[in-house]
Amino acid sequence: MDEKTLIAKRVALELMDGDLVNLGIGLPTLVARYVPPGRHVFFQSENGIVGMSGPITGAENHDLTDAGGSPISALPGAASFDSAFSFGLIRGGHLDVTVLGGLQVDREGRLANWMVPGKMVPGMGGAMDLVTGARRVIVAMQHSAKGEAKIVERCVLPLTSVRRVDLVVTDLAVIEPTDAGLVLKETAPGVTVEQVIANTGCELIVAPDLRSMPIEG
Amino acid sequence: MKNKLISLEDAVARIPDGASLLIGGFMAVGGPNRLVDELIRQGKRDLTIIANDTARPNNGLGKLVVEKLVRRVVTSHIGLNPETQKQMIAGAIEVELVPQGTLAERIRAGGVGLGGVLTATGVGTIVEEGKRTVEIDGVTYLLEMPIKADFALVAAKQADLYGNLTYALTARNFNPLMAMAGATVIAEAEDILPVGCIPPDAVMTPSVLVDYIVAATPR
Repeated sequence: MDEKTLIAKRVALELMDGDLVNLGIGLPTLVARYVPPGRHVFFQSENGIVGMSGPITGAENHDLTDAGGSPISALPGAASFDSAFSFGLIRGGHLDVTVLGGLQVDREGRLANWMVPGKMVPGMGGAMDLVTGARRVIVAMQHSAKGEAKIVERCVLPLTSVRRVDLVVTDLAVIEPTDAGLVLKETAPGVTVEQVIANTGCELIVAPDLRSMPIEG
Repeated sequence: MKNKLISLEDAVARIPDGASLLIGGFMAVGGPNRLVDELIRQGKRDLTIIANDTARPNNGLGKLVVEKLVRRVVTSHIGLNPETQKQMIAGAIEVELVPQGTLAERIRAGGVGLGGVLTATGVGTIVEEGKRTVEIDGVTYLLEMPIKADFALVAAKQADLYGNLTYALTARNFNPLMAMAGATVIAEAEDILPVGCIPPDAVMTPSVLVDYIVAATPR
């Protein structure tokens, strides 16, 4: 299993029956494929729909895309609305879970994921509203990039929000930010605690009930 | 009552150089793409664009940036249009990045006569810089100001001859918000219908907001 699939499968276990969930573009989009059987999850796309499918090919409708512009379909029971309503769902506490990618997460559990000054300024899109307003924020990202830790003492990149995220899922570990700091809850199959610590740029508290990710190879 | 259905050329001729334009659409889905092409054909310049994103270089309002007709952009995302980023870094275009939900509410506030919006989005980030904060029940909010513009260019699925509009699926996005916040509203519609064909409950933008209607496809 490749790293992205592992991350997506682990995140999917966090989604509960009946949840309203927003998946960011890129890696988070994969999560929709692995929702555990028996759980019905409503996926929102912030450009104005609840009840979207994943990306489709064939039968494209030019009036129906996800937030990345990829064609989707509306599942039976879907609802569409304008952008103010869509962000009302997000900001108003109606969104159960948002899953976003990350550039950095710091020891206080704060996320930076929208710009690298001088290099990449795509804009925040909906990310700031999602992290500020969702009931639960899950960051899905590689543990490190080009050999550099993405989990750091303090974000040097501009923050997306000062709100503490709820869970960080990487190819090496599951980490929960808490008042006391970052708690290492799970390691990926075949990964040791030492490997996780060596690839992390700040202190981790190893949970007493540390376990291996409940993912079948 | 005046006839609101006019030619594409006439509609765009009413827009002067230097105008501020609210432009509907999300990655050009639900964008008034024929009006945008006509802005380019008529060579309108020094435009201020308020839109969710700057699309792609070869798509929708992204082309306005490529043609260097834009002086200032207020938007939430420019990541898929490298030309916007290039011109921004070169100082040729001014870009104000606004969180998407905040952008929607600022436009809504402009259209419905509110003096601003309080939102927790952006607190403690660089979005807060230069803004007033207000504390209510222990929560800190940013005061975000309303947005209005000289024109709103919107794309509809259907228009009747009074100017009542409907939108389809995710092509609705910013269009109904913008139709309230433009001093002059030009709607580009896929289907143009006699009055009475759109049931009242189906109307998403009431005709009283719409000044001109153009056909989305040449006729």
